[in-house]
Amino acid sequence: MTQSVIKLTVTAEDRRVAWLATAAVGLSLVDAAIPSPLPGVKPGLANIVTLVVLARYGWGTAVWVSALRVLAGSLLLGYFLAPGFFLSLTGTTLSLLTLGAAQHLPTRWFGPVSLSILAAFAHIGGQLLLASAWLIPHDGVFLLTPIFAGAALVFGTLNGLIAAKLLAETASAETSP
Amino acid sequence: MKSWLALIRPGDWLVLLGSAVLVGFSVPVFWQGGMADRAIIRQEGKVFAEVDLKARKQFAVGGPLGTTLIAVEPGRARVVSDPSPRQYCVRQGWLMRPGEIAICAPNRVSVQIAGRTKVYDSISY
Repeated sequence: MTQSVIKLTVTAEDRRVAWLATAAVGLSLVDAAIPSPLPGVKPGLANIVTLVVLARYGWGTAVWVSALRVLAGSLLLGYFLAPGFFLSLTGTTLSLLTLGAAQHLPTRWFGPVSLSILAAFAHIGGQLLLASAWLIPHDGVFLLTPIFAGAALVFGTLNGLIAAKLLAETASAETSP
Repeated sequence: MKSWLALIRPGDWLVLLGSAVLVGFSVPVFWQGGMADRAIIRQEGKVFAEVDLKARKQFAVGGPLGTTLIAVEPGRARVVSDPSPRQYCVRQGWLMRPGEIAICAPNRVSVQIAGRTKVYDSISY
């Protein structure tokens, strides 16, 4: 019998993505535990991780972390491949694309708060479009748009502020050790 | 509080303000028409009855396939039964918002909810 050993080499980058994704999954569990008056209105705390990762390690790592978060989060909360999973996936994909475009905005003027707000709007926009195209083929879905948009603005701003705070603190910790 | 405000850059204020305006404008766009107060029942495109959504009433409207039953209740209306093969208008359930319409095309009957302000005025006339 021949012994074959399959060895996976784990790079430092892999470890980092795994850690960051774990943090994001943890935050999406917290998110799910927070009671919400309306399904779909959630703080989206995991986006704080996405924003920090985007600023520190770039868009590619942010995509990895978000994809793992959606996958692992849905498995843990038990909605993998259920409609909620596809809503989450569409929202995340659109907000990542938006972030990919928005990160090229001049950083002197536009900080994490802008990115967070734009990403939040892309997230809810993607979810509404998928919901109206697939789940609820009726214009009634859009009746909730003002509520969702308002929530996106509020939570987008808050998450952006938290991400900006984290980034500012880690930056000052590195420059003045 | 002050240290948090320092995290918002000039462009961020712009994005914040722009989004707030957008959210404000989205309210009248998506919540147009006001309250539902009438149901308009049409047969062959002509108005069969125009009912205030106040009392509980039932209407039987005849068409080429048979009779369509329409129920009106305070604030809402629906098609109860219809001889159409695919039952789209029945499955739409209760109509509550101005502009909502259930069309039983095979039997040429429709129910539409109207509010104080007519939503599709410029298109209809």
